Amino acid sequence: MINIIINKISRLLSGIGHRMIARIWRLGAGARLFILAIIYSGESFKRFHLTLREIYFTGVMSLLIIIVSAFFVGMVLALQGYNTLQKYGSSEAIGVLVALALVRELGPVVTALLFAGRAGTAITAEIGLMKTTEQLSAMEMMAVNPIARVVAPRFWAGVISMPILAALFSMVGVLGGYLVAVPLIGVDEGAFWSQMQANVDVRADIINGVIKSVVFGVACTMIALFEGFDAPPTAEGVSHATTRTVVISSLTVLGLDFVLTSFMLVV
Amino acid sequence: MTSNIVEIDNLSFGYNGRLLHKGINMVFPKGKVVAIMGGSGSGKTTLLRLIGGQIKPTKGEVRVDGHVVHEQTRDGIYQLRRTMGMLFQHGALFTDLSVFDNVAFPMRELTDLPESMIRDLVLLKLNAVGLRGAHKFMPTELSGGMARRVALARAVALDPNIIMYDEPFAGLDPISMGVICGLIRSLNDALGATSIIVSHDVKETFLIADYVYFVANGEVTAEGTPEDLMQSTLPFVHQFVHGEKDGPVPFHYAAPDYRAQLLG
Repeated sequence: MINIIINKISRLLSGIGHRMIARIWRLGAGARLFILAIIYSGESFKRFHLTLREIYFTGVMSLLIIIVSAFFVGMVLALQGYNTLQKYGSSEAIGVLVALALVRELGPVVTALLFAGRAGTAITAEIGLMKTTEQLSAMEMMAVNPIARVVAPRFWAGVISMPILAALFSMVGVLGGYLVAVPLIGVDEGAFWSQMQANVDVRADIINGVIKSVVFGVACTMIALFEGFDAPPTAEGVSHATTRTVVISSLTVLGLDFVLTSFMLVV
Repeated sequence: MTSNIVEIDNLSFGYNGRLLHKGINMVFPKGKVVAIMGGSGSGKTTLLRLIGGQIKPTKGEVRVDGHVVHEQTRDGIYQLRRTMGMLFQHGALFTDLSVFDNVAFPMRELTDLPESMIRDLVLLKLNAVGLRGAHKFMPTELSGGMARRVALARAVALDPNIIMYDEPFAGLDPISMGVICGLIRSLNDALGATSIIVSHDVKETFLIADYVYFVANGEVTAEGTPEDLMQSTLPFVHQFVHGEKDGPVPFHYAAPDYRAQLLG
């Protein structure tokens, strides 16, 4: 009886150990891919059309979902914000509330979450399928480095696209908020814009938002690239990798957001 | 100077404690078409990957043009690979590039040739495989046989010294099979290259190969010219060449007693 219990406990501990080792190995492999992507980035800039093509697929093709989402998020923010602010007689501050919420938090975070769902999954599936159909092996056998040719241009495309998409998200969100607050609810237009202008700081709000979006861009793109590269070369493997991209990217973005916000509020 | 462009010397390779190859010796003379044959899972494709330096041997070595592959730096391996072309089992065409761009890919990536010359060379290569007229197609618009021919044009784009073929006849209709078969031989002779074919299609391989190695249980079990092997009395070779259901490779995978399993 005791032997059975000891066996079960040792199997449990060994299982936990194996999982931990696998996680640490993946973390190391991901970090290695990130370093290699930086080392082999020269080609992405020397032949910038490769990076431009990926910017089109990851950035431009994500525009619709970003703009539509931003519009609705801005409108909901204005509705909810007005509902609360009017209780305290400060409904004119609605413009500030919408702008700060978007520029500081919702712009970078929601853009990163949407980016992970739209572009991240596409990157993982594409690279996973390239691996499954031996396209990456073919490249290797042609003496063409897949990290320089496939990973680096997609990495820089993600890093460049994310801040632009986040800025667009904030701008369209503010427009959505304006349309609800001013023409629909009747908040004074001058107060809406002037309070926003007076209270949104370039250094503390806009630059910090841009920093966040760049960090999220690095994280989301690297996770998508690594999951694609590490996917087992089967249909099931690619499907699991795509799911992992969304889950890990979303959790990483939310975790990083907390860490970055803490630093930005302290500094 | 050796007349063998590729030499495999006492090569062993394994993973997870299991040896896939146990002390294999092979030579691939310049200008010849040499086939490696054997059942599924016998490690034939792995041998190609070892020659290409994509994996390292556990023991022994592979020499390409006198250079020990696994001792090369990354740049050294890439330098060796520039002298090789490889046709993958399903073509491995880049699905986001057209037929033209697929064949032009190694030229654009590895040479500084002007675009006008690349255009002429691509059309030449596509003409050699009979698909000049399909240069604007995307890979998804091609049949299996056509995709294999485009991949062949891409594999010989830079006139390699060694051309490796991984199951070039698998899944093709008889016409496409005949076309690929003829192309392998004619391209090899026209380029003065050495071809290494990994296959289990006896008829087509024997038609074009100068020499054949049989691999089973991690070892070279037989070797010789196709004529020699057709006459071979070795049980495994006889079963393989004549496609017999039962023999040294049993029809039934190892299992417990049939009756006991059904009743138990």
